[in-house]
Order: sequence, then structure tokens, then C-alpha cells
Amino acid sequence: MRFLLVEDNAPLATAVVDRLSLDGHVVDHAADLETAKDFSATTSYDMILLDIMLPDGDGSHFLAHQRRKQSRTPIIVLTARSEVSDRISLLDLGADDYMVKPIDFAELEARCRAVMRRRGGDVSNQKVLGKLRFDSGTGVLNIRGLDIQLRTRELRLFEVFINAPGKIFSKSALVDRLFSYDDDVSENAIEVYVGRLRKHLSGSDVGIVTVRGLGYKLEQS
Amino acid sequence: MTQPVLSGSIQRRLLILLFCASALLAVLLYFVVQSVARQVAQQSQDNILAASALSVIDSARSVDGEVIVDLPYSALSMLDSVTDERVFYVVRFGEDVLTGYAELPRPPLSKARQTAYMSADFLGEEVRIASVSRSFSADLGRDRLEVSVAQTLSGQRQTLARSSRLALGVGAGFFALAAVLAWLTARATIRPLDRLAASVSRRGPTDLRPVTAAVPQEMAPLVTSLNGFMSRLEASLNRSEDFIAEAAHRVRTPLAVVRTKAEIIQRHIRKPENKAAMREMIGAIDESSRTAGQLLDHAMVSFRLDSLAQEKVDLASLVNDMVERLRPVAEIAEIDLVIVCSDPATIQGDGILLQNALRNLLDNAIKYSPADTRVEIRLTKGDTGISLQVCDEGRGFPKAGDADLAERFTRGDNVHGIVGSGLGLTIARDVATAHGGRLILENNAGGGACASLFFPSS
Repeated sequence: MRFLLVEDNAPLATAVVDRLSLDGHVVDHAADLETAKDFSATTSYDMILLDIMLPDGDGSHFLAHQRRKQSRTPIIVLTARSEVSDRISLLDLGADDYMVKPIDFAELEARCRAVMRRRGGDVSNQKVLGKLRFDSGTGVLNIRGLDIQLRTRELRLFEVFINAPGKIFSKSALVDRLFSYDDDVSENAIEVYVGRLRKHLSGSDVGIVTVRGLGYKLEQS
Repeated sequence: MTQPVLSGSIQRRLLILLFCASALLAVLLYFVVQSVARQVAQQSQDNILAASALSVIDSARSVDGEVIVDLPYSALSMLDSVTDERVFYVVRFGEDVLTGYAELPRPPLSKARQTAYMSADFLGEEVRIASVSRSFSADLGRDRLEVSVAQTLSGQRQTLARSSRLALGVGAGFFALAAVLAWLTARATIRPLDRLAASVSRRGPTDLRPVTAAVPQEMAPLVTSLNGFMSRLEASLNRSEDFIAEAAHRVRTPLAVVRTKAEIIQRHIRKPENKAAMREMIGAIDESSRTAGQLLDHAMVSFRLDSLAQEKVDLASLVNDMVERLRPVAEIAEIDLVIVCSDPATIQGDGILLQNALRNLLDNAIKYSPADTRVEIRLTKGDTGISLQVCDEGRGFPKAGDADLAERFTRGDNVHGIVGSGLGLTIARDVATAHGGRLILENNAGGGACASLFFPSS
């Protein structure tokens, strides 16, 4: 996905850009509202992440500006303010969602997906491998014309695999991608979800293969 | 709220003072009118008696050394014309009684005073006597000829009784009029105070604008200090709100940097033991940021509770919004949020606070639920009140109905391995209490915890 990050705190902005790049996203960074307006006018983004306190004004002005321009790009507001202070007005101004800092990236991913789902399906979310079609927006796996709705962790696990077919992922790397950090999980939990995915994939020519001592990979037979 | 200590009422005090003054004046008026009436009545009787006596004495003449006194018809008729009184007379020459009632008392006469009056008892009746005298020469020598005319007083009594009734009427009328005026005066004096009180109490709890309505000069110091108080309160409230927001910003931004960097490093670490250490680090960052968040939320909640807004809150849509908002978080943990029942229900209060209370209950339910379970949300409106219930299939409360869990920083003894600050239930309870309700903690028969906000119907 292509993100626009509007954030004036430089260390945080760098960290967020790096973090999102790790998952294969492309991120442009704007440190103030003027730059953000320029970027959004010239480039089409899948998602805008907007900090609310910026040096040249309130992020809500940018929200209003975007909505006046009838831009359809979803906006998730990042706020450091207390949950109880001012979020209602942000949603009223046309933000699709908001998150309180620090950002939990698993939650951000889930919120992006929820926003996309609300906005309706998008062809760019479709991935095809062999006889299998996968819509990452809706989480629907289509094998030989048959729809299977994946549940959240299955979906996120499958996304990891299908974004890099043939690449080997270790169990511990998969734990990082699937579970929030305050969950007390063992690597055995990964085996459970891999097992479920294998069952869903059993009718197709695509399967998850165990690479002994290293991990798992997605392979087309 | 503390009830003010009352020390009487200005209006009542003013009314009592004005009534007393009017009553005093009315009584005074009664006596003045009565005494003037009595004086006038006596004066006119005296004048008639004197005129009658004069006309008798004027008719006296000396014929052949004898004193001849006629009783002119007019002398008695003028008395008759007044009333049907009994009339007595006596004519004396020196010490000799020439004619009439010798026993009639004599008013004290002297050379200087040729007319004298007195009241006396005569033949068992009160009479008024007028005497006139002049020097007269006769055979017997030169001496004073003295004529006294007396009249009973029952007629004057009647006149006096009439005028007394009139005086009473005048006094009572005066009192009634004065009382009405006193009441109007008291009302008019109190009205600016009433108006000020009404305009202040009509305000919402968050309206801290200065009072700008015109007030009488005497109330200006009161209004000035009231405005002073309100502007200081507003400044102090704004400062705390700004402080909380600023503190949140200062705490959360660096935490956000640390957490994001830590996630990046986590991805690059290869050694399993380092990975485990990094996971623990990120877990600790989450714990501290959640605690900081809840502390700030708690501060903001306490602040908002002090000036509780009174807007109409649609609980059904509030529940729906909050569930949609938390659904992505629940999905990560593979937990299904289900609104089982959603009766239409509204409540007077602060929507943001109610939202926060519900968010804390839902956060708890999601946090303490294992994967692949349901969290059920029930909004029911019954005869006794509105109940907003959040039930999970998790480990439940250590002891059902344990009210201590809602104390600050208290957590159950079965929460090992789960990040929490111990403030969530405190916030939920404080918000419920401020809205006249309560927080109920119980365990499901089939396992799992149920936390409800209950608002009794008033």
C-alpha cells in the first residue's frame, strides 16, 4: 500500500516509515500541513496517517481541506491526546478512524483493513497464484470458484506467505507478525494456524511446506 | 452540593418591618382622628351651652331693684335643636340661688375668666356645664350674676362613637393600603436579586461566562466577585485540561518512537533468546503506555465529572459506535464482539465519559478472553432501569461481586501474563456513579465475567 504519513516529530516519522517499509509498504513523509497538501494533490495514496498537532496548524484543518476537495483517500488520525478529550470532533470532521500513540502496527494493519472493507472492495487487493485467488481487503480465499472466509490470524498469516511465495519464514518471525506483544504465546501456536491454512488450501495446487529446521514457505505444486 | 446556611429572608424581613410601621401609623392615625373628633364635639357643645347661658344672662335686668331673669325661648331651643338631651340650669346672684337647680356644680369662675366649663356627675348622669357671669347691680347690692347651663352627654357619646367608627375605618383602610404598598416595595426590592439568582442557576455547569446583566449598584460588588470566581475557575479548569493533553503528548510521543524502533529491531534479530528479550521489552513499553494512557484518562474523567455535562446520550448508537471502533482490535485477538440486544435507551449525561466507561469494559473483556471466543454486549431497558452488560468467556473475576476490583490500581489475583493498569474499572465505576448508576461485577454461570453499568430509572 502507498501511505502518506503527516507527522512533525522527526524520530517518530523515520521509525514509522521504516516500520511500514518492512511490511512492503511505500511511505511518503510530510512534516507539515503545506507539504502534506502538496503531496496529496500530486500523488494518489491508499491511506493517509495524520498527526493532529502540527507546527503550521491543527490536523483537523487538513481533514476539512481533504473533505472539501472530495478526496476519497481514507484518513486515520494519530493522536497523543487523551482518549477522553477530542476524538468525537475528529470523526465528525471526516476521519475514518483514529489511533492513540504509540502505534501498535498490528492494530494499524487491522484498522486499515477495516477501513478498506467499509470503503468497499478494490481490485488492487486481488492476488492470484495458480488456481487460487485471494482478496486481502475482504479476507476471502477463492479456490476453484469456492469462497472461503479467512479469520483474522489465518488471514494475516496467509498474507505474509502470499506476498513472498517461496520465501522461508521462521516460526519466531511469524509469531512477531501474528501476535501482539503482550500476548503470552509459544511458537507452537504458529503450528495451529499453519494447520488451519493447510486445511483451507487442500483443494488447490498451492500448499504450505515445512522446511525442516528453518520454518515454512508457500509453494505451488 | 452543599446547601447554603439560611438566616431568614430579606423579603420577609422587609415585609415585617414595613407591616409593623404601617400598623403603628394606623393606630396613631386612629387615636389622632378620635381625639380631634372628641375635641370638635366638645367645643361645639361648649359653644352652644355658652351661647345659651349668654342669652339667659343677656335677658337679666334690674326692675325696681329686683333681678329679673327671663328664660328666653331661644336659649333652650338651641339646646333642644342639638339633641333630646336633658337640660339643667341655675341662676345665681352672688351666693344666692335665684332660680334653677341649686345642686348643679359650679365651674370655677373668676374676674378674669367670665366663661367657664366643666364636666361633672349630676343626678346620676354625666353632664357638661357652661357658666357665664357678669357684674350686676341690684337692691341687694352689686354682685356677680352667674348663669350655668348643663346638658347631659349621651348625644355627644353617640357622635363620638360614630366618629370613632370612622377613625377605625380610616385607620384600617390606611393599614390595608400601606400593606399593599409594602408588599409591592418588598417585591420590587428583591426582584433584581431574584433575576440574578435565576440567570445564574439557569446556566449549565460548564457555562462560566461572566454575568453581564444590569444589576443595582448595591449588588455590583457581589456580581464582581462572582465573575472573578468564575473566571478563575474557568482558567484553572482550562489549565488542567491543557496540562492533561500536553502531558499525554509528552509521554506518548517518545514511547511511540521507542516502540516503533523496537518493532523494527525485533524483525532484524535472528537469535531466539534476543527475540524473546525484545518481545518482553515491547510488552513492557505497551504496559507503560497503557498505564500512562489510563492515568491521563482517569485525570480527564475526574475533571469532566466535576462539571458533568447534561446532554441526551443515545446509548444504543454509543454501543454500536464503540463496538465498531474496537472490532479491529478484537479481530487481532480472534475475538468476536456481538451485540446481542440493543433496546433503544437514552440517558442524561456526558457522552464521552459513558463511551470511555464502556471502552474500558470492552478492553477488559477483549484482554481477558482467549482466542476464538465471543464477547457479548447487551443493552436492555427494563422497569427498574437501563443495563449495559459486557460478558466474556474468559477466566472471570476472582470473586464475584468483588467491589475492591474497582479501586484504583487494584487487579485481580488471576491476571498473570496480561498487561493492565488497574484503572479501567475505577473509571467505569466513577462514570456510572456520576450518572446515578453503579458498576456490577459478576461471573457467568457458564464461566466468564460479566461487567454491567446499571442506571436505575428515576
